[in-house]
Amino acid sequence: MKEPIIAFNQFTFKYHSQTEPTLHNIDATIYQGEKVLILGPSGSGKSTLVHCLNGLVPFSYKGKIEGELLINGQNTKDLDIFTISTMVGTVLQDTDGQFIGITVGEDLAFSLENEQVPQQEMKEIVQQVAELVEVEDHMNHATHELSGGQKQRVSLGGVMVDEKVDILLFDEPLANLDPATGQYAMDLIDRVHQETDKTIVMIEHRLEDALHIEFDRVIVMDEGKIVFNGKPNDLLASDVLEQVAIREPLYLKALKYADCPLHSQMQLADLTRLELSASNKTALQQWSIVQDDATQSFSENILEVHNLQFNYAENPILQNISFSIRQGEMVSIVGKNGAGKSTLSKLICGFEQMDSGEILLHGEDISNKTIFDRASKIGFVLQNPNHMITKHFIYDEIALGLINRGYDQAEIDKRVIHALKVFGLYPFRNWPISALSYGQKKRVTIASILVLEPSILILDEPTAGQDFRHYTEMMTFLQELNANGTTIMFITHDMHLMLEYTSRSIVLADGRLIADRSAVDVLTDDQVVVKANLKRTSLFDLAQKANAQDPKAFVHQFIAYDRKVRKRWL
Amino acid sequence: MAVNILGYMERTSPIHRLSGLTKLIVFLLWSSVAMLTYDTRVLCVLFIASLVIFSLSKISVRDISFVLIIILAFLALNNVAIYLFSPSEGVSIYGTSHVIWEGIGRYNLTWEQLFYQLNITLKYFVVIPAALLFILTTHPSEFAASLNKIGISYKIGIAVSLALRYIPDIQRDFRTIAQVQQTRGIDLSKNEKLIKRLKNVASIMLPLIFSSLDRIEVISNAMELRSFGKHKKRTWYSARPLLKPDFFTLIISVVLFIVAMLVTFYDGNRFYNPF
Repeated sequence: MKEPIIAFNQFTFKYHSQTEPTLHNIDATIYQGEKVLILGPSGSGKSTLVHCLNGLVPFSYKGKIEGELLINGQNTKDLDIFTISTMVGTVLQDTDGQFIGITVGEDLAFSLENEQVPQQEMKEIVQQVAELVEVEDHMNHATHELSGGQKQRVSLGGVMVDEKVDILLFDEPLANLDPATGQYAMDLIDRVHQETDKTIVMIEHRLEDALHIEFDRVIVMDEGKIVFNGKPNDLLASDVLEQVAIREPLYLKALKYADCPLHSQMQLADLTRLELSASNKTALQQWSIVQDDATQSFSENILEVHNLQFNYAENPILQNISFSIRQGEMVSIVGKNGAGKSTLSKLICGFEQMDSGEILLHGEDISNKTIFDRASKIGFVLQNPNHMITKHFIYDEIALGLINRGYDQAEIDKRVIHALKVFGLYPFRNWPISALSYGQKKRVTIASILVLEPSILILDEPTAGQDFRHYTEMMTFLQELNANGTTIMFITHDMHLMLEYTSRSIVLADGRLIADRSAVDVLTDDQVVVKANLKRTSLFDLAQKANAQDPKAFVHQFIAYDRKVRKRWL
Repeated sequence: MAVNILGYMERTSPIHRLSGLTKLIVFLLWSSVAMLTYDTRVLCVLFIASLVIFSLSKISVRDISFVLIIILAFLALNNVAIYLFSPSEGVSIYGTSHVIWEGIGRYNLTWEQLFYQLNITLKYFVVIPAALLFILTTHPSEFAASLNKIGISYKIGIAVSLALRYIPDIQRDFRTIAQVQQTRGIDLSKNEKLIKRLKNVASIMLPLIFSSLDRIEVISNAMELRSFGKHKKRTWYSARPLLKPDFFTLIISVVLFIVAMLVTFYDGNRFYNPF
């Protein structure tokens, strides 16, 4: 048995600002060299747990600790944050925000500089680590110019430079990464683990993507307590995930739909090694013959983009983009980090001016219209609600656009109150916005756009930073809006979101539109998947494994079936 | 898509190759001369020298046109103000009065006043290129290291360089927020009346402040987790050792400094008097 490296003994923590403890009686031991995944919905205490491990609790976030937390046998109460950080290296979630150095080399060196390592020695260490995380060719590049995956590697390197660090802590490393880059990041973490035998602790709620590498153990948290602590296979065979509302891998859901009994000996955590019995296969094949839904029919085109071209500083950002959106559709825009997805939506809204091409709204060219004019027809919601909110109270925030458009008070009242009710915000109407949760703030921002009654709504990453429960709430809500006639487009990295909620996907790669097809078609077409840094859906692999006649049809049917099941929940 | 208004500009030039410390010291010497002297001959030499050095840096006037226009506007304002408040400053300094044009009351236009204001303007023109060059050609990371080398706490050095680095990010945030607010009718463009425009800018500040506060929390956690502030001193990855050109530049600057001071104070007066 290996040495325990982290030990929580009856550990309870309460923030000074809160009345109830955030962590209750945590008992867990992590051993030297283990790879541990920590799952949990928001508010489950998993972020607090990370802060306890890296010393931000209690040194930056004050509170009261009961019980003990031992790292390398030392009680963290007797240590300071600097001592803890020589044992625990943290890779934060926000890769952009955590860079301190301006160039790659400098950022890698930051903790060495603080430890007063002489320059010559420092340069040697930085070079070695850069080779380990494969950024040695970018040493003089500015950190903000790197791609998402490169940023992730640099932040990992930045904590690896300190050789004494034996625990690597990852806080949602997959957030903000496109699926292919996410896989690559996981592979890198796995390789670093093999080469250095450091202990890996990772927090992540994208379970299916995290399981791309093999974890020794998964700890599931809910409401400040540990509800599961064991092998990934045991977790997947249990019903813990459903209880705490964590999204299970799609292939697992398919197995459940087909009534295949699950047990931990089936290698559920790794689809490539998944063992399907003959009866499982038959069940999947037969289930996949269920009749499909009739396809939706749509009326006229609401938005048309023809041969759009946009350059920035003489570099082509978008080239020759053409597509159309029909009334009542829900369409996703997907693609690599930096492929031009956000730029495309900004061009549609008039934030940027295209170099050539045409944008038609209801058949009318809007290329010369101002942002303000376009906004009464096209609503745009930013990813970060804090970028949009300018008022202190919910009512004022939602009414703002109407007031500026000169509506009379009675009409404003009517629309705002209606919106508050639709968005489930009516009980909070007199609250200050600062008292709302992230998801509620997001709703306020959508409401403030929707009161203008746009005919099309564009959302940038509507579910980013939200756990599965809030994700489902948000998407159900958007579906209802869509069913009531609002045409919706959203930008996303989330393959599940694209597959489960949108009828069609527009795929961008390197500034070009490379596919405009159903989400299922896109995610089963290897060529498109590779070009746009997406990931082939695990449903397809499962169907192949089960020797289904037509794997693609299997995926189609899964989606149709899943929609029906979810509708029953509404 | 922020515009680089005042930040490091990557070029290959002899100025860029100098160590940040050298540039800081030269800049300090240069601006002390410009502040101390009113000697037109010294100012003219320095002005011509700064133009030569500026052209060596391969930074074009177009790169800095925005900042330049703002500075020139302030300079013009400054000149008008000097004349309004003290129209006979030149007369009292140079002790003679050559009137060009008889004005109302004390507002006579004299050659002495014009010459005095020319000197003031020259002082600006001597300092501006030097200050711009220091900021534009010193890599922000080296910037912190050089501040630290002349005895300023490394925490202040890093704070300054982080602040400089965040300017483009905050500009980008500002732009995004401004655009989104325009969709709701908060207009910041020239179409709106000035008072209303200022009010609208103020309302955008709230989201900008919140997003900046988020940023500060993340970065300060990140710094603390990587041992920032653990020791009284720290080493610098990007500090450059002083090389031959640095010593050469430093020696020339010190010599020039002494010569300039000698010429200025030779006759016991900071002013050169042609009258």
